[in-house]
Amino acid sequence: MLPPSEVRGLSILVDAGTRVVVQGITGNEGRFHTGHMVRYGTRVVAGVTPGKGGQSVEGIPVYDTVAEAVEERQADTSVVFVPAGFAMDAMLEAADAGIALIVCITEGVPLHDMLRVRPLLAAQGIRLVGPNCPGLISPGKAKVGIMPGDVFTPGPVGMVSRSGTLTYEVAQHLSAAGLGQSTVVGIGGDPIIGSSFMDLLPLFRDDPETQLIVLLGEIGGTAEEEAADYAVGELGKPMVAYIAGFSAPPGKRMGHAGAIVSGSEGTAASKARHLEDRGVPVARTPAEVARYAREAMR
Amino acid sequence: MRLLEWQSRELLEQAGIPVPGGRVAGSPEEAEAVVAELGRPCVLKAQVPIGGRGKAGGIRRVDSPQEAEKIAGELFQMKIRGFKVASLLVVAASEVGAEHYLGITVDRRRGVPVFIYSPSGGVDIEEAARSSPGSVHQQPVPVLEGLQPFRLRRLLASAPTPLKKDLARVARQLYSVFDRYEANLAEINPLAETSEGLLALDAKIVIDDDHRPGPQFEGLVEFAQDPLEAEAEAAGFSYVGLDGDVGVIGNGAGLVMATLDLVAAAGGSPANFLDIGGGARAERVRAAVELVRRSGKANVLFVNVFGGITRCDEVARGVIEGVSEHGSSLPVVVRLSGTNAAEGARALDEAGLVPVASMEDGATRAVALSRREA
Repeated sequence: MLPPSEVRGLSILVDAGTRVVVQGITGNEGRFHTGHMVRYGTRVVAGVTPGKGGQSVEGIPVYDTVAEAVEERQADTSVVFVPAGFAMDAMLEAADAGIALIVCITEGVPLHDMLRVRPLLAAQGIRLVGPNCPGLISPGKAKVGIMPGDVFTPGPVGMVSRSGTLTYEVAQHLSAAGLGQSTVVGIGGDPIIGSSFMDLLPLFRDDPETQLIVLLGEIGGTAEEEAADYAVGELGKPMVAYIAGFSAPPGKRMGHAGAIVSGSEGTAASKARHLEDRGVPVARTPAEVARYAREAMR
Repeated sequence: MRLLEWQSRELLEQAGIPVPGGRVAGSPEEAEAVVAELGRPCVLKAQVPIGGRGKAGGIRRVDSPQEAEKIAGELFQMKIRGFKVASLLVVAASEVGAEHYLGITVDRRRGVPVFIYSPSGGVDIEEAARSSPGSVHQQPVPVLEGLQPFRLRRLLASAPTPLKKDLARVARQLYSVFDRYEANLAEINPLAETSEGLLALDAKIVIDDDHRPGPQFEGLVEFAQDPLEAEAEAAGFSYVGLDGDVGVIGNGAGLVMATLDLVAAAGGSPANFLDIGGGARAERVRAAVELVRRSGKANVLFVNVFGGITRCDEVARGVIEGVSEHGSSLPVVVRLSGTNAAEGARALDEAGLVPVASMEDGATRAVALSRREA
């Protein structure tokens, strides 16, 4: 086997060599998305559902434990579809089994579970994407998540996003404009997530395939402001942003637990101002993202 | 889940935090009885889910049971910023000296609970943090570390020395409430110095909506919310009522927010935020259309769906069913993209509804229609 750096078309986080185990593969969601990931070309090598070891889903062997999936199928990346109440257990089991990257799709993971899971994974150097996220895709190589694969095309644009469907919308505009994507990561909408914009941007900085970053933000928190500061400093690549929620009233939670304007902090206008002050153009419509990206690529 | 003040107070009391005597009253007669039991001047506090109740006249001092009955009668007639007063918290009035702030929330960026303390409480803590940042102290509490005494020594470094021991005790008790009830916010403001020692005079506890199941959550009551929001929540939708006249339905919080923004940018005003979530079938979409219709605020409906796991043909069927149920009284603009969009467009076409090509076009069209209807 070639060392990772010599695998053709290396991207960030996942590539054609990534070996995926699906936790919760026998559930409705797990089964459905396993089929889509396999048809996209992702190397799904194993599934795990406690008590269902020995079965198979989409021709993929199911094991009782992640440790078996790692031992027998050399899985290195896990995608988690288990119900919210079991997500902490699933993530910690994956970590214990030696999985290096965990992508947690599950929605509704208890906040107080995440207060434990995040530091436990970080202490072991394990990367978590999510929870409550669409996952990630390196177009043409691997899809580890639930996004519709056909709106993404291979290319030079790295995308990080707090949204799901809005990411698909923008990716479709980019693809239509001839701007394919290197890797697209949906980081999730929960208050506590494994990977923030700031955790991922250095990977895009170091990725030779990525020439431009598209950042899709939302109201709430300060993640977009931090990304803006990084963009003007270390990133060394152009960035284009979009912020959802200009018309959101303060104090109202807009679907995502993280999407709330509290006090004067976290408004779309203040985020856009912060980004624009640092030279990052902020598109006002999803279609405009593609136009700005095209200009930035010149 | 944001708890009612009286219930937040109960959780504090169970944890051993001193609160003024009193209880909740559902009628003027009950308020009168509580004041009689307490046998001293009292404060009647309207239980509404909104800040600034005091300024709005929702907190009143009374000196006798008779006065309590009269004032409570007035309070029960009130609407405070749109919220009907359904209950009062009746508590013994205290001679209040200095007021402190003590709270625990979650630092999202660092992913840890964080204690916040200020020796000048009784005011909006966010405002205080802006105007005099030196007076507001924070201390993270990594969950895996547990609450160690040194964290509280650091948090309370600026507190008056004679009070430090009592403040640290209340902080430990508040942390136990935060932990046991899986809160994302637990705050006491003010935590007041009185002749009876420290007393928690107001409290706000917000419990994580996704908390693990447990017996401690039985019987907890959420602040009365907008009935439509409650209904939407029961149906699994994420719904927020707004002030405009363009109803919006979409899938995914980010996309729905982006849709609201486009409506606003086109000169319109959204009537609501409604996220149907992923994978909705026709029946769910029909129910969403029905919800927007019943809000009575929308004079046009804009449905914007990007189908990934959601199938656009299902969305089209749901919209057609929802609209045809009530004739054509609500004009509708539909934008479908992604999975089965062509099938969805065909179904709309056959039903006499014309899909728009993009969300930008849809917003413009919806706003134009809302102006015509207005």
